[in-house]
Amino acid sequence: MLNNITMGQYYPVDSPVHRLDPRVKLILTIAFIVAVFLVHTIWGYLLIAGFVYAVSRLARLPLKMLIRGLRPLRMILLLTFLLNLFFTAGDTVLLSFWVIRITREALRQAVFYSLRLVFLVLGTSILTLTTSPVALSDALEILLSPLKKIHFPAHELAMMMTIALRFIPTLLDETDKIMKAQMARGADFESGNLISRAKSMIPLLVPLFVSAFRRAGDLAMAMESRCYHGGEGRTRFRVLKLTRQDALACGCMALLIGLIVLEGILLR
Amino acid sequence: MSIEVRHLTHTYGEGSALSTVALNDISFTIQEGEFVGIVGHTGSGKSTLVQHLNGLLKPTSGQVLVDGEDLNGEKVNRRVLRQRIGLVFQYPEYQLFEETVAKDIAFGPKNQGLSTAKIDARVHHAMESVHLDYQKYAEKSPFELSGGQMRRVAIAGVLAMAPKVLILDEPTAGLDPRGRDRILSMLEELRDREHTTILMVSHSMEDMARLATRLLVIAEGKLVADDTPRAVFARPDLLTRIGLDVPEAAKLCAALRGKGYDLPPDLYRMEEVRNALLALWKGADPC
Repeated sequence: MLNNITMGQYYPVDSPVHRLDPRVKLILTIAFIVAVFLVHTIWGYLLIAGFVYAVSRLARLPLKMLIRGLRPLRMILLLTFLLNLFFTAGDTVLLSFWVIRITREALRQAVFYSLRLVFLVLGTSILTLTTSPVALSDALEILLSPLKKIHFPAHELAMMMTIALRFIPTLLDETDKIMKAQMARGADFESGNLISRAKSMIPLLVPLFVSAFRRAGDLAMAMESRCYHGGEGRTRFRVLKLTRQDALACGCMALLIGLIVLEGILLR
Repeated sequence: MSIEVRHLTHTYGEGSALSTVALNDISFTIQEGEFVGIVGHTGSGKSTLVQHLNGLLKPTSGQVLVDGEDLNGEKVNRRVLRQRIGLVFQYPEYQLFEETVAKDIAFGPKNQGLSTAKIDARVHHAMESVHLDYQKYAEKSPFELSGGQMRRVAIAGVLAMAPKVLILDEPTAGLDPRGRDRILSMLEELRDREHTTILMVSHSMEDMARLATRLLVIAEGKLVADDTPRAVFARPDLLTRIGLDVPEAAKLCAALRGKGYDLPPDLYRMEEVRNALLALWKGADPC
């Protein structure tokens, strides 16, 4: 019933991209976003598209899965495209009827802005598809830890993220179970007006909250009984180490950015 | 009311990389008045199977027929049907939500659209069936009861819909011996007094030995045995292979047979073994 909600959407296969250090992946993704913003020609987008394709092949991600990540964005994409198409000023008129005037510049901008959005989403999806949420919050903790000097709670934040992510599937399962149990008692979650529907959620929400609190209590107890006392002096079971592959990945990204800058200067 | 399952197959996450076949071509028919035990190792597909029996899950292929009618047919009102086939989930105490025990038990009959008087009568009757004193417990909050009591309230919540068929998914899991015994004797009474058809999922061979008139053994989504408990327990090799066990009495019997005692091979209840032993004792010459 709730299976269509894929949270974290991690796609668990083994590939060179999956094996990269999550810190490196996070930084490279930011670099990729910058690269996408540097692009101003169609050749640049071809370069980016080639890069995304190559990485997704290397990561053994089905293309279908990547494309599916764009689906929630389709309205925004459409809107971006149309707004830019109709409301960008330009000189070379391609088409005009009634109050609508489409110029060459507008078309160009509409296409480019939409492409930019598409690649931003694709790039970040590759990160979340190839990096487990736990690894990602680990990376975030390490990258944010310099901020601890100004009392930014990097460890606590990452721990909260990890716990929240860990419990999303559990709570989804629980919701599914309680929903079924109440449906077996004749509950109706689907029909009726807004008020009766909201009311029909009570038999679902009360047990869900009760169990969430129970789990939170249990977890706190389990953590404390294993001497958890915050991040200070904590060592790691899995220490992240940079490898030659990480350096290679950084090199590839540097090459991509270099090419884009070069192409921007030469072909503009 | 009979339930017929025809070539039922269920695949979770069909078409995705993580798809698993939970049930594989299962067929059986349950007649009115039977007490059917469904046994299998954790993850064998038992819970998936019972959720098909009242239409909470849809088969990937195959059919579930209730009184000859396809449960997933277009005209069937599954909400009404679910009230005739009561399903008690694993750890049902986690579904309680009302302020008082009586209100919670009334949730099912209320959804059936019964009159207040009728609902009241149902609640009384259901509480009596699970041995909860109405005077004492009706106005209590379900959250201040003990685990075993909460479970009985939850079961009463399903019984209050007066189902023709009662399906229970591991009703005794996590209970202490007394709580377990209470639930089992309650089911025994339901079977004997109200002739409710009962399906019970359990790991516990002891529970099955006590109650079931028929056993369905499931392993890795397949039905590997469908027979009387006597016939199933006479095949300890099969049960051990799929990670299950035989009742203590059957084990004792096998051990004694190994020592040369002439006992029948298919005993599985303690009283039977005792009687057989006594008969043997009397027949033999007590040196």
